[in-house]
Amino acid sequence: MALSAKEINETTRWQDITEGLQIYEPATSKEFMTGEWRTETPVVDWDKCRQCLLCVPYCPDSSIPVQEGKRLEFDYDHCKGCGICVAACPFGAISMKEGK
Amino acid sequence: MAVRKSLSGNEAVAYAMKQINPDVMPAFPITPSTELPQFVSSYIANGEMDTEFIPVESEHSAMSAAIGAEAAGARTMTATSSAGLALMWEMLYVAASNRLPIALALVNRALSGPLNINCEHSDSMGARDSGWIQIYAEDNQEAYDNFIQAYRIAEHKDVMLPIMICQDGFIISHGVSNIELLEDETVKAFVGAYHPKHYLLNADEPMAVGPYAVSCYGMEAKRAQAQGMMHAKQVILDVAEEFEKISGRKYGFYEGYQLEDAEYAIVAIGSACGTTKDAVDELRKAGKRVGLLKVRVFRPFPGKELADALKGCKAIAVMDRCESFSANGGPLAAELSAALFQAKSQAEVIKIVYGLNGRDYTVTEAKQLFADLEEIAANGRQETEEYRYIGLRE
Amino acid sequence: MRHLTEIRWHGRGGQGAKTAALLLADVAFGIGKHVQGFPEYGPERMGAPVTAYDRISDSEIRVHSNIYEPDFVAVVDDTLLHSVDVTAGLKKDGAILINTEMKKEEILPLLKGFEGAVFIIDARRVCMETLGKYFPNMPMLAALVRISRVMERDVFFREMESSLKHKFAKKPEVLEGNMQALYKAFEAVELVSRPAGRVSSMPSKDRGYRYTASLQSGQLARAAGMHA
Repeated sequence: MALSAKEINETTRWQDITEGLQIYEPATSKEFMTGEWRTETPVVDWDKCRQCLLCVPYCPDSSIPVQEGKRLEFDYDHCKGCGICVAACPFGAISMKEGK
Repeated sequence: MAVRKSLSGNEAVAYAMKQINPDVMPAFPITPSTELPQFVSSYIANGEMDTEFIPVESEHSAMSAAIGAEAAGARTMTATSSAGLALMWEMLYVAASNRLPIALALVNRALSGPLNINCEHSDSMGARDSGWIQIYAEDNQEAYDNFIQAYRIAEHKDVMLPIMICQDGFIISHGVSNIELLEDETVKAFVGAYHPKHYLLNADEPMAVGPYAVSCYGMEAKRAQAQGMMHAKQVILDVAEEFEKISGRKYGFYEGYQLEDAEYAIVAIGSACGTTKDAVDELRKAGKRVGLLKVRVFRPFPGKELADALKGCKAIAVMDRCESFSANGGPLAAELSAALFQAKSQAEVIKIVYGLNGRDYTVTEAKQLFADLEEIAANGRQETEEYRYIGLRE
Repeated sequence: MRHLTEIRWHGRGGQGAKTAALLLADVAFGIGKHVQGFPEYGPERMGAPVTAYDRISDSEIRVHSNIYEPDFVAVVDDTLLHSVDVTAGLKKDGAILINTEMKKEEILPLLKGFEGAVFIIDARRVCMETLGKYFPNMPMLAALVRISRVMERDVFFREMESSLKHKFAKKPEVLEGNMQALYKAFEAVELVSRPAGRVSSMPSKDRGYRYTASLQSGQLARAAGMHA
């Protein structure tokens, strides 16, 4: 009983899951690679990007990491490819390509 | 030392609430349970309790707030009746499936329509499959005693389920009669402090409550929840045994009254049992072998134990203060009939619906019912009869 | 052996019939009786007819039905006599108590030939003389205790005094008026009709109306001690 989130999977017996399927650790959504769902992928043209960071708050999956005031490459493990960042970018620096 | 008083059922349960002094009570008023939040509010205003009372805008909100508070780690209670319980419906399931041991004082009342404020068990019986433990009381004493036992059962680590402590609206809730109360210190020591293993406000263990589960997890979750209800059976008995030590009053899944050698038995829930006991006494004096089986615990349903208690009976009347509209009698009759069948009982069983919308149930009717049972045992039951009413004009 | 006294109260919403029933249960509890006091809820509105009940016994009370064959009936509002069958099921050797300003000749025809004892009290007069306000509860309670003899007069006054002292702890000035209402009501009860063929006379102040219980049947039979 009371396995950690990592240990619970589709083969876990009812005797071994937590009460009410509660999860006793933070940020377990990181373990869930939703990037796998993506059918289209955002790509940054770094020449056009002015680091205005407007795309960051728009991203519904928090998949645009920021470090020292600058955005980094997309977190493709979790980006679902929704394309909102493309619409949010005032400089046309992001475009979608087909596939992963 | 016990304290003798004369109190109504609501006053008695409110007194238990005061003695237990839980952390949080979100509640919304509805007749006939309104007095419970009212009394608790007065106790708080007078400095006799330090429960956080949350006035909410509906019963749905009351149960939602109770769920939030309990998940946060607070010992939580609420109270309601009838339509109030119906409005909690969605959240009743959420409380149970998230394994939150909330205590709810239910004052049983009919659901509409016709619009009616009086006693009936249709509210709690409708919620019988929501995953809550349900314990019923014959009188104010039992309502008080049951509430004091509630958290010990619900919060037990093998159970972790919400619990409904039911009493008959008006008949018990507003009727004043003698009662023996326990000392505050005795209750405090018995109920103990609440130390949940996991809770949202624990900064050292961030946690998630109420996650989405796809079909490959949901069935396992429900099976695990069912195990809590199965464990509740032993816990209910253990807690009752401990309670007897502090109170001298004995409780179990049921009470058998003159049942051991009874050939004809009435099975009922709640205040009707007291009335039936008087009928039993009168008929016993006349040499009739009659008895009563009072069902105290309906969830978990002690089917095997009830069937076993009835094994010497030739004819049994199972009474529901609730019309299931199943065209097949009420819920207690349906479940007990199934349990008797499993136990290979040969007894004749008649299903009775009585007391709807506060219709009175009398000693005379109980005696007539015993006479009917004797007749049925001798001549058999009408095969075409699914169930019958008593106290109905027809 | 079973000593059970069953009382039915008739009043109108807001007049305190339920409160009177609960008060009676409370004082009877105070002297060690087993009690039940409960209302029967109808429309739950001011002025609507209300019924309340008391059971007072020496042994545990388990029955939870209404009372259909009371030993005593108390009517808080005499206008109910026109609309409610107040003597329904009332035992022939029981008694009815009516709060009214009416005279014997006016009240008796309204009782549909009830053969038992009929008592009246003008609770309004008692209230106005003692409390200055009309709260029929207290006089009715005292009057009912006197005719039903569920407890001794002195015990009743002592119990009421201690319970009112507690209830009005913050308004001690109210105590005296209420106690006076009780004393006065005890004297103001009037027997206006008695069962035929029974010897009755007015009892002494100290002893109240006297009944002896017929123990086998639980019915109350009246001993000597009244006159109409």
